[in-house]
Amino acid sequence: MSHKIKDATIPTIPLGARIQRWVGRNLIRIYAVIAFTYLFIPVAYTFAFSFNDSGKSNLIWKGFTLGNWQNPCGAPEVCSALGNSIKIGFLATFFSTILGTMIAFAIGRHKFKGRSTSNLLIFLPMATPEIVMGASLLSLFLVFKINPGFWPTVIAHIVFCISFVVVTVKARIASLDPRLEQAAMDLYANEFETFRRVTLPLVAPGIAGAALLAFSLSFDDFIITNFNSGTLTTFPKFIYVSAARGIPAQANVIGSAMFFLALTIVIVGQLVNRRKVR
Amino acid sequence: MAKASIEARGDLRLTRLTKTYGDFTAVDDLSLTIPKGSFFALLGPSGCGKTTTLRMIAGLEEPTAGSIHLGETDITTTKPYQRPINTVFQNYALFPHLTIFENIAFGLRRRGQKDVKEAVDKVLNLVELPHLAQRKPTQLSGGQQQRIALARAIVNRPALLLLDEPLGALDLKLRRQMQIELKWIQKEVGLTFVHVTHDQEEAMTMADTIAVMNEGQIEQMGSPAELYDNPETAYVANFLGQSNLIKGTISGNDGDSHIVDLYGQKISLPKNRSHAVDNSTYAGIRPEKFRISLLDTPVKGNVLSGGHIEDVSYIGVSTQYQVEMPWGQELMVFEQNDDGVAPFNKGDAVNISWEPAFTFALRGDEDATAGSEVEPEVLDEE
Repeated sequence: MSHKIKDATIPTIPLGARIQRWVGRNLIRIYAVIAFTYLFIPVAYTFAFSFNDSGKSNLIWKGFTLGNWQNPCGAPEVCSALGNSIKIGFLATFFSTILGTMIAFAIGRHKFKGRSTSNLLIFLPMATPEIVMGASLLSLFLVFKINPGFWPTVIAHIVFCISFVVVTVKARIASLDPRLEQAAMDLYANEFETFRRVTLPLVAPGIAGAALLAFSLSFDDFIITNFNSGTLTTFPKFIYVSAARGIPAQANVIGSAMFFLALTIVIVGQLVNRRKVR
Repeated sequence: MAKASIEARGDLRLTRLTKTYGDFTAVDDLSLTIPKGSFFALLGPSGCGKTTTLRMIAGLEEPTAGSIHLGETDITTTKPYQRPINTVFQNYALFPHLTIFENIAFGLRRRGQKDVKEAVDKVLNLVELPHLAQRKPTQLSGGQQQRIALARAIVNRPALLLLDEPLGALDLKLRRQMQIELKWIQKEVGLTFVHVTHDQEEAMTMADTIAVMNEGQIEQMGSPAELYDNPETAYVANFLGQSNLIKGTISGNDGDSHIVDLYGQKISLPKNRSHAVDNSTYAGIRPEKFRISLLDTPVKGNVLSGGHIEDVSYIGVSTQYQVEMPWGQELMVFEQNDDGVAPFNKGDAVNISWEPAFTFALRGDEDATAGSEVEPEVLDEE
């Protein structure tokens, strides 16, 4: 470039037009930066304040410390609440994934009377306001003389997780070429072997995604849990209760840790996928 | 019986096979014997029932009526995995989560065969892709996937190998190459191949015997040469290559020949090439059998006079002429360019002549355009 002699006769593009062109080319990037900033400010805030040497209330920055991360169970009850949430999450995920996957196969693969009705009904729990579902589940438990607590909460979580599992797994099944199963049958695999060696491995990513979704929905649920858990404290309930007198920084630690765990799972999943495609 | 069916060997016999979907009859009372060791093609346009027939042989569709025998064994109601039959699917249907090696080993492992590695390596060498064993199907080109699909089927040494439009997704050059390779592999492994295609050239290149299908039934069956030289119906005459069909009346006999009146001009044709049922007929002549001559040139054989050259297309090896006859019909003539010049021009008054032995005669009540304007094949007809 530098060896070229500047030719004054070449007309230059006016500054206004150049700015306009730059904005035109970069508008989508500017918008993306603003959108991601909006999305991640709360996460960043939570993460930053997990290092706050806060004492009682974690509202004002009082100095940096690693103490909260070194001792995440430091605040009273935070870890028993977390333990309850994880236990409920695992149980709800386990049962809703199995039941939901079976429903997804039934709806996605078989023709039967009432299939389209079932398909519609599966969406209803997703559309029902949580507050309504929580209240009606509670009254249902009370009718059957079951006291709110751990197992009623698990059952309630399974109820609302199933729909999400069905929708997620069904999408994966729909994208599965039925000729692959026919090819397996053609190659001497009976119905069970075909399912085990072809169908299940190919639907597995969908099932795994559904399980992750179910776990995060269960872990995170407050409204339905609040109705059905009685005196049992889950992690969301713990934060809600402590909000009145100041949330301990340990809650930020656990929240951030969950976020990074989820992020890691997504990134690893993407990397594995990319390797498979390549 | 299920145990025995996997061991069945011999000719494939379809007896009065029928498949209906509601009001639609896909395969209509089809009876057919495919001899052991042959390369058999089911040829027809989209929706003629050829793929349904193939899927019933594979066990992927249940016949509405009729039976399927392999040798002496009735396999009509057995499951696909109980039949010694393997399929090369139209889109190959390779398992995307398994390596090429495991794809090919799939059938062997399901049957608990020993020496899986040896058998897979051998078949990979046969299709000349031994270096791809550890790849995944998505890492392969279309042609490579096609060969792996073939390897995955023939490694099981089935009594019958079914090929469902196996070359449909390949480009023309690769398709030609694979046609020759498939034929060679069939000779090499000595299996019975049943090949479904809409491509008449593909069927003629590869198959020993072709069954032309139309609306769920077999129109005609025979060797490629038999079908081409002596078609029995207008559908076959038009679907395999091109034909000139001229309306006429059988007006007399001369020894082994019929004398046929075509718009006032008399020609003769061998009686054994006539499929007419009464006096009314269509005389059929392939375009390359015609010869064109100027009016004053003496010619032998059958002659139709009074033609005018309507159109000339020079296409290298041959020249294609459209000749308009006095009764308004345009005949198609292919002349070899032996001498390097196109000797006739648009507007020339000409005679058309040909050897009587090349003529065939169809029923006069046929639709002369049947099979000539078949809609282009849509891939994945299911």
